[in-house]
Amino acid sequence: MYAQLVKTAGTGVKSQEEMTDQEREFQDKIDRDIKIEPKDWMPDDYRATLIRQIGQHAHSEIVGQLPEGNWITRAPTLERKAILLAKVQDEAGHGLYLYCAAETLGVTRDEITEMLLDGRMKYSSIFNYPTLNWADIGAVGWLVDGAAIMNQVPLQRTSYGPYSRAMIRICKEESFHQRQGYDAIRKMAEGSPEQKKMAQDALNRLWFPSLMMFGPSDKDSVHSAQSMAWKIKINTNDELRQKFVDQTVPQIEFLGLDLPDPGIKWNEERGHYDYTDPDWSEFFNVIKGNGPCNVDRLAARNKAWDDGEWVRDGLLEHARKKAARKHAAE
Amino acid sequence: MAEVDKQALLQFLLRMGDNTLILGHRVSEWCGHSPVLEEDIALANTALDLIGQTQLWLGYAAEVQGEGKTADDIAFLRDAWDFRNVLLVEMPNGDFGQTLMRQFLFDAWHSIMLGRLMKSSDKTVAEIAEKASKEVAYHLERSADTVVGLGDGTEESHSRMQAALDYLWPYVGEMFESDDVDDAMAAAGISVDPASLREDYDALVCKILSDATLTIPESRFAHKGGRTGYMHTEHLGHLLATMQWLPRAYPGCQW
Ligand SMILES: [Fe+2]
Ligand SMILES: [Fe+2]
Repeated sequence: MYAQLVKTAGTGVKSQEEMTDQEREFQDKIDRDIKIEPKDWMPDDYRATLIRQIGQHAHSEIVGQLPEGNWITRAPTLERKAILLAKVQDEAGHGLYLYCAAETLGVTRDEITEMLLDGRMKYSSIFNYPTLNWADIGAVGWLVDGAAIMNQVPLQRTSYGPYSRAMIRICKEESFHQRQGYDAIRKMAEGSPEQKKMAQDALNRLWFPSLMMFGPSDKDSVHSAQSMAWKIKINTNDELRQKFVDQTVPQIEFLGLDLPDPGIKWNEERGHYDYTDPDWSEFFNVIKGNGPCNVDRLAARNKAWDDGEWVRDGLLEHARKKAARKHAAE
Repeated sequence: MAEVDKQALLQFLLRMGDNTLILGHRVSEWCGHSPVLEEDIALANTALDLIGQTQLWLGYAAEVQGEGKTADDIAFLRDAWDFRNVLLVEMPNGDFGQTLMRQFLFDAWHSIMLGRLMKSSDKTVAEIAEKASKEVAYHLERSADTVVGLGDGTEESHSRMQAALDYLWPYVGEMFESDDVDDAMAAAGISVDPASLREDYDALVCKILSDATLTIPESRFAHKGGRTGYMHTEHLGHLLATMQWLPRAYPGCQW
C-alpha cells in the first residue's frame, strides 16, 4: 500500500445524534455511495485526512521511481529497458494524477512537495529498500505493484470523486505492471542457475517489506473505523495482507522458487495461508528514517528539486516575458 | 546487393542506430531526477522513442550483417571502437540545460536527416524514417521550446544555456562530415550526403537560437571520430560499462 499509517483526523466515528445536520447529510451521501466532489461541503477532518492520504500516495509514486530507476541504465536488453522506462514513467504519471486530486482539496503540488522534501510527509516504507540485482525489477513489479493493487482496487470505490477517478486510471496500469514484473522474474526463475539465484535473493529480501506495505494490524483502531465510515479506507490492513499472501504463495510455487518464510502453510480450517508476521520493529525503524535507503531517497528528491530550481524559474520568467510582449503588441 | 554496398549499408545503419541507442541511454539517465514531473515524463518519452528506433535500425543492421545476430547482440556486445554514433550524443548530461541543448542540436539534424531518408531507395530505411520522423518532429518541438524558454528566461538560465551551447557547439560539425560510406549510400539513393543538410540545419538552428537570445560561437572547429569509430570520447566507455554489464557478466542468458 502506498499510504500507510495515515493519521485519521478527528476523534473517531460520531453517532447520528452527535452529528450536525450538515455532517449527517454528508454521511448519508457516503452511505448511499454518492461521490463527494470538490465543491461539496465536507468535514474539515475528512479533508485533512484525504490530503494526507492522497499526498502520501502521490509521494510514494514519485519516490517509487528511484529504486526501479536504479536499473534503467543496466537493463539487459533493449526491450527490457523500454518496458522498465515506460513503467517508471507511468509511476510519474500516477504521481501527477494524484497531485491533481490533492489540489482539488485546496493544497498546491508545491506545498505538499516541500512537505515531502523536509520530511513532514511520508511515502511508503517499501521504497526505502534497495534494488540489488536485476531480478529485483521483476520482484518489485510482481510484489510491490501487486500489494499496491490490493489496496487500490477497492479504493476505486472511495467516496471522494477525484480520488476514485484517479484510482480507476491508475489500477489499469498497475495490473499491467504486475504482469510484466511477474513475466520478468519468471524469465529469471527459469533461466541459468545464477539467474535463479538472483530471483530467489530478490524474493527473500522483498517478501517481508512487501507484507509491511499494508501497515500494522488496525482492526481495533478508532481512527481506521472513521476512515472506513468515510469510505476512504475500504478494508482492514490484515484483510488485505491475507489476500496478498493467498494470491502470491501459489505464484511462488509456480515459479519453482523456495518460500521466503518457513511459516507459510495452508490452513484448511481458515481457508487461508498462515504466515509469519513481519518484524514490526523493523517497520517502525524504517518509518522513523532508519531504513536502508531513507537518507539516499530523500537526498535524491531534494537534489532533483534544488538543481531544478533555475529551470523552473527560467521557464516561468520566459512565460512572463512572452505574455508581456504579447500584451505590448496588442 | 554487392558486397561493398552491404558493408557500407551496415556502417550507415550502425551510425543511425548507435546515435539513437547512445542518446536514448543518456536521456534515460534522467529518469526520476528531472526538475519538474512533467519534464521527467517528457524525457522518458523521448528516451523511449529513441530506444524503439534503435531496435529498428540495429535490427535491420543485424539482418544486413547476416551473421544471425540480434539488435541486442549489436547493442550490448560490441566494444567502443565498433560504435558509430557521433560524439555529440555521448557527451554527458551535465545540467538540465546541457541535456536539452544537446537534444536540440541533435533533434534539428535528426529531423532533417529523417525527412530525406523517407525518400530512400531502400524500402526498410524509408519505413523506419517515416515512423521515426513523426516522433522526432515532436522531440524537436519540445527541445526547441525549452531552449528558447531557458535561453530567454532569467539571467541564470540564459548564462547556463549559453555555456551549454559553447560546450557542445564543437560537436555539431561531425554530423555533416562525409566519407566513402556516405558517398556509396548517396550513390545508391539509400541516404544523402550529410554535407547537403548543413544549409537547412543552419537556418533552423540560427532561428531558434536567436529566439533564445543565445550567440552561436564563431569557430566552426569540429571534433570528430565518432561516426568512423576512430576516436570516441572517454565518456563512451563508461556508458557502455554500465549499459553492457549484465549481458556480458552472464553471457548467453535470456532476460
Ligand atoms: Fe503507480
Ligand atoms: Fe506501478
